[in-house]
Amino acid sequence: MKHKSLVSIDDYTREEQLHILDLAEGFEANPVQRILQDYVVATLFFEPSTRTRLSFESAASRLGAKVIGFSDASSSSVSKGESLNDTILTVSNYTDIIVMRHPREGSARYASEVSPVPIINAGDGANQHPTQTLLDMYSIRKTQGKLEDLHIAFVGDLKYGRTVHSLTFALCNFNATFHLVSPEELKLPSYVKRKIKDNNLKYYQYTDLHDAIPFADILYMTRIQKERFSDPIEYERVKNAYILKEELLEGSKPNLRVLHPLPRVNEIETAVDKNPKAYYFQQAQNGVYVRQALLASILGVVE
Amino acid sequence: MEENKMRKELQVSAIENGTVIDHIPAKSVFQVVRILGLENCNEQILFGTNLESKKFGHKGIVKVANRFFESEEINKIALAAPTATLIVIKNYQVTEKKRVEIPDHVYKFVKCVNPNCITNHEAIPTRFDVIDKEEIKLQCLYCEKVTDKNNMTIL
Repeated sequence: MKHKSLVSIDDYTREEQLHILDLAEGFEANPVQRILQDYVVATLFFEPSTRTRLSFESAASRLGAKVIGFSDASSSSVSKGESLNDTILTVSNYTDIIVMRHPREGSARYASEVSPVPIINAGDGANQHPTQTLLDMYSIRKTQGKLEDLHIAFVGDLKYGRTVHSLTFALCNFNATFHLVSPEELKLPSYVKRKIKDNNLKYYQYTDLHDAIPFADILYMTRIQKERFSDPIEYERVKNAYILKEELLEGSKPNLRVLHPLPRVNEIETAVDKNPKAYYFQQAQNGVYVRQALLASILGVVE
Repeated sequence: MEENKMRKELQVSAIENGTVIDHIPAKSVFQVVRILGLENCNEQILFGTNLESKKFGHKGIVKVANRFFESEEINKIALAAPTATLIVIKNYQVTEKKRVEIPDHVYKFVKCVNPNCITNHEAIPTRFDVIDKEEIKLQCLYCEKVTDKNNMTIL
């Protein structure tokens, strides 16, 4: 993966994705290695995303790299009207790799075309966030012992949820069965469902969370945002139907684990946190190992 | 048929050497002119629109003297004028006649439909893969969203 930018999850083949997960296992076993001490990593966050930025900076720091960058556009030359092209070409003089988050869709692809150093996309608008997908895959494989033949239940906002779309695409390579739980207004878009069908896989749609849980190996919760609803009365009607309460987990499969890309608001009751099936905080921790694997692999320090 | 041909030649006069683009949808003539960059062409250009057509009711036609287009260049107009026919004229004679074909890739002249696409905010030429030639669907290589013929704007 040396010098290979990661913009979309599809940029890496199934084998390359699995290779990153294997490398991440090594970093989980041995997270502090100073293998990047001669490297500089830039984190360019044109919009704030504290969680993702800290995860990348933690990954880089534990490998001994120096981290430079900015955490929102107002503190950078962007606020003076500099073009993305110029920002990338300038910063690439100072760094060996660029991790970028940007509010515009397609910004990371463009940056990867103009940049002489590799780009890792840490989210471009509503489009792609491939490192989230890889850490989700890592968490699924770690908790289930495999990625193949699993039943995945996605819950909440399946229409706008970027993480849901990317993970669905990735799991289409692993013979998954999809259980899609959402209000009518927030169903999975047809192009994502078409991708499932094109791979001869199955999906089932539900409006009631109870109905899907017994099938699931992975219960992937997402937040339903009020502003997604055209009718506020409809939001009030459905908002409580997609909250995970501990009693809902009774009767679920013993191997079921609950994932969530975080931040959580109220869609998982805090009582669930202590349930052994809750896995979302470990999932966030796994993000550091996956990002260590990506930085080390793209910089060519590990094979 | 003969009579129709005669009338057409009266409406837009013949050229000695060059290219005739016929059967352009009447409303797309100016788009075709723009896509081919004919605004900056110094050769004689004749065009007509809202001409009668047996096939289409109304059509447009563009005649460019002393210009011969590569397929790649002419296929760009297929998005705006999928029905267009290309006729090569040498010494007042038709030497070649062919239909335009939808290209595999579209570069620069179509606007991405996604208002949040980076190409709509910075000076970046658009790039698309044509993912459906019948329905005419273009996938942006940057934001990955699909622009189709119903929401397509020619730049």
